[in-house]
Amino acid sequence: MADFIFWIIWALIVASAALVAFGNNLIHSVFALMGTFLGVAGIYIFLNADFLAVTQIVVYVGGILVLLVFGIMLTNKISTAQISQSSVQKGLGVLVVLGVLTIILTSVLPHDWVGAITPMAFDDTVEGIGKLLFTDYLILFEIASVLLLGALIGAATLARKEL
Amino acid sequence: MDHLNSYLVLSAILFSLGLYTVVTRRNAVAILMGVELILNAANINFVAFSKFVTHNLDGHLISVFIIMLAAAEAAVALAIVLNLYNDRGHINVDEANALKQ
Repeated sequence: MADFIFWIIWALIVASAALVAFGNNLIHSVFALMGTFLGVAGIYIFLNADFLAVTQIVVYVGGILVLLVFGIMLTNKISTAQISQSSVQKGLGVLVVLGVLTIILTSVLPHDWVGAITPMAFDDTVEGIGKLLFTDYLILFEIASVLLLGALIGAATLARKEL
Repeated sequence: MDHLNSYLVLSAILFSLGLYTVVTRRNAVAILMGVELILNAANINFVAFSKFVTHNLDGHLISVFIIMLAAAEAAVALAIVLNLYNDRGHINVDEANALKQ
């Protein structure tokens, strides 16, 4: 049963990401992106990453997706009912991307990863992440807070009418 | 589901679709969506290797920081896109070739 659900989520992610890449309507692409984000949260649950699954839903679906919808709505005329988008150089793009995919798969799949035989099931990652965040990753954590403040001020400054 | 390769293949496909979105789209918001796909693919890899290979939580920490970076990047990029739209009336990245006009 769990195996079945895993492959359903797997297919959901691939299908919705394909709609993001190939869809003609920008609004459809954004809602497909929501499917991808929720599917990735499901994959995190299969990987025992409970904290990351919740963070994924809160930050991506609750934050970034809303920002993207705002971006689309503010940069298109409301009167145009269908917000279409076009792509350029599709043939060349498919060719290059298929090449990259082939290179990734042929180099990654045959490799014998050390320790990959025994997957480790974490009981509870929140405690471990909290401890690491305030010990090994403390400097990174502080830099991240400064970066977020900078991004906040920068975005607010850039988005003003009179620059 | 208990094999590393099923996650790696998913991540590679997600990365490829994101790359295709970035190289072919002309709408700046659509390109941002492609970038988010690529970042999600990287996150899946980090968490999968954390469970299957390294057996510790370092991959989870990196993923948390990537999610935070993605949020900051999206906010600043959207502000730039709004400015571009106010300036030009469109957000076609092929024609955005000057800092000021």
